[in-house]
Amino acid sequence: MKADIKIKVCMGTGGVAAGGADVIRAFKNKLKTAGIKASVERHCSLHKVGCRGLCAKDVLVDVIIDGNKTTYQDIKPDMVSGIVKEHIIEGNPIIDWTVGDEYHNFHRKQIKVVLSDCGDIDPEDISAYIAVGGYEATKKVLTSMTPEETIEVIKKSGLRGRGGAGFPTGLKWELGRKAQSEQKYIICNADEGDPGAFMDRSVVEGNPHAVIEGMIIGAYSISADRGYVYIRAEYPLAVERLRRALDQARKNKFLGKNILGTGFDFDIKIKLGAGAFVCGEETALIASIEGQRGMPRAKPPYPVQKGLWGNPTVINNVETLANIPYIIRKGAEWFSSFGTEKSKGTKVFALTGKVKNTGLIEVPMGISLREIIYDIGGGIEGDRAFKAVQTGGPSGGCIPAELIDIKVDFESLAQVGSIVGSGGMVVLDETDCMVNIAKFFLEFTQSESCGKCTPCRVGTKRLLEILERITSGDGKEDDIELLEALSNDIKATSLCGLGQTAPNPVLSTIKYFRHEYDAHIKDKKCPAKVCKHLLAYSIIDEFCKGCGACKRVCPAGAITGEKKKAHTIDPDLCIKCGACFEICKFNAVGKG
Amino acid sequence: MEETLKRILEEYKKNEGNVISVMQEIQDAFGYIPEDAINWFSKKLDIPASRFFGVATFYAQFHLKPRGRNIITACCGTACHVKGSDRLINGLRKELNLPEGEDNTEDMEFAVEKVACVGACSIAPVVIVNKKVYGKMTAENLMREIKTLKGKRNEG
Repeated sequence: MKADIKIKVCMGTGGVAAGGADVIRAFKNKLKTAGIKASVERHCSLHKVGCRGLCAKDVLVDVIIDGNKTTYQDIKPDMVSGIVKEHIIEGNPIIDWTVGDEYHNFHRKQIKVVLSDCGDIDPEDISAYIAVGGYEATKKVLTSMTPEETIEVIKKSGLRGRGGAGFPTGLKWELGRKAQSEQKYIICNADEGDPGAFMDRSVVEGNPHAVIEGMIIGAYSISADRGYVYIRAEYPLAVERLRRALDQARKNKFLGKNILGTGFDFDIKIKLGAGAFVCGEETALIASIEGQRGMPRAKPPYPVQKGLWGNPTVINNVETLANIPYIIRKGAEWFSSFGTEKSKGTKVFALTGKVKNTGLIEVPMGISLREIIYDIGGGIEGDRAFKAVQTGGPSGGCIPAELIDIKVDFESLAQVGSIVGSGGMVVLDETDCMVNIAKFFLEFTQSESCGKCTPCRVGTKRLLEILERITSGDGKEDDIELLEALSNDIKATSLCGLGQTAPNPVLSTIKYFRHEYDAHIKDKKCPAKVCKHLLAYSIIDEFCKGCGACKRVCPAGAITGEKKKAHTIDPDLCIKCGACFEICKFNAVGKG
Repeated sequence: MEETLKRILEEYKKNEGNVISVMQEIQDAFGYIPEDAINWFSKKLDIPASRFFGVATFYAQFHLKPRGRNIITACCGTACHVKGSDRLINGLRKELNLPEGEDNTEDMEFAVEKVACVGACSIAPVVIVNKKVYGKMTAENLMREIKTLKGKRNEG
């Protein structure tokens, strides 16, 4: 048997958490022992790869024999011996364990540019990246293109910043090129702080060299010789892979002095973020790299005029940079053939929440929300009713079910009061309370507000207080109007993007779900049955077995009843903590 | 302690470090940032201690007090929130008898911390126990982990 066998195991954060390392170990052991012929072992290679997208089905394993690929899902270490025996030795794939329609549907409507090699190549091995065309773009740019020509290609491609604001990348580079200074910098913003977003983490984990290449090409275009990657310390795996990739790039002469003999010098350093959401803002990020408190300052001057240590600095997001080598290699026309008139190319989204297929997706700009949620996402978990999708994290808004046919691009989402943002997409169903969601984001922005400017520092606190009283049943008649007025003031007067966008989750939920606010304030009810203070707990006699679990757990002594007989809750003593509801195994505690 | 601080100072000089990187190193070495360490660096580098404290209190990552031996970090990102991270945290705090406003157990065995998002949203809710990421966490599994950790201490 001289088959060429490749085994690829997903080792993104999702894969690792699902036991990817144990699966790899099991493969190593089984291939070694299990009496496999030496010829198999020699031709058999085991690769760890980055995120494959469908994290809900992790661990995902590819077994490729002579080019025939079989993908397995939900693989546990104890299933490995079966795969080795039946598939690798005997040649019969175990059909029951292979991916089903869900996996194929998940991938069918996706178009992969940034993620094209992610999940397919070993992110810890530069030769795997080079084998699929990696660093060709660097060679092409450095040896045959002027900086101006390079910038022209990026401008023509229509690429816009993927970090949230959507500023045209080519234009930013042109401004960086024109800035007059001996010293310039390029910074990769990998401080992915939006809760509910993990696109940048996955790209750095799955294909770190594409980001490095993007930075080299950007540095060459603006004539920078130093670069920084500002990355969250909360992403240990991404940091480790990036560090390794930088070492390999240096060894292969893609970084350092006189790159590829062209006389161009450039190197990259990693700076670890220390856990502050506001550091995603450009001027705050720069302050943090300089070792200070990460507080934004007024713009202008923009970083491209006066940035890191007072020098011109171009800051690009991870996904933006990872697009660059593919655009250079395949051309501006190819890239701009995807997407809409004003939003070119593809966008990576983190699809999470109450959707069946959670994971990382890449779709052409302009795809409909319906296609994302139902075709790619496979619909709502438990087939409950779809209520809304939250995009853009704490700076974004909620798009209600009735707008499900909206196109997903920069302009369309802005029109309905949300944003594409960095790409978080959290799907909400009928069991989610929209007032609670707004409160959740305000808790976040209020605690992450740096405190420099008053509208944000005090304003977000006041917004949160109002939302807290609404969800506790103390809402006042004109609270909605107050929320709206305060929100508009904060938006208009805050110093940086954090404050200017912090009220968006409140405004968009009021716009589309005003009736839920009304129900909380006027009827003192939470329609989704989430806000504890607005619920009344009671015991359903026919389900209660009289086990006494609720009685023991009740901190207020509000539950009485004899053993093996239905218990009762005294509504006057009940403090609505929900402990009885959570402990009951028989669904005998009702809330409403 | 001085030995470790000297090593960090060397690193600082070699790698053009700054206040943040120094404190990240200190915390890596001690698990938190002792006041003495800040005062020591403040003198050596001629940077006012207030700048260290200013930075330490600004970033969520830095801890000025010792933390429990086992660190349990619950993710509170949006996806984890809608999948019930609140319930996990409340259950955990109750199990460990943590009073309001306290993150460490009295015997300093456990620390319960929250993080804004670890970016593993597709396997929400996520809990990190001593740097190991657990996805799709349930209250039962979390309690089992805690019991195992408690058991380990009793054995040791």
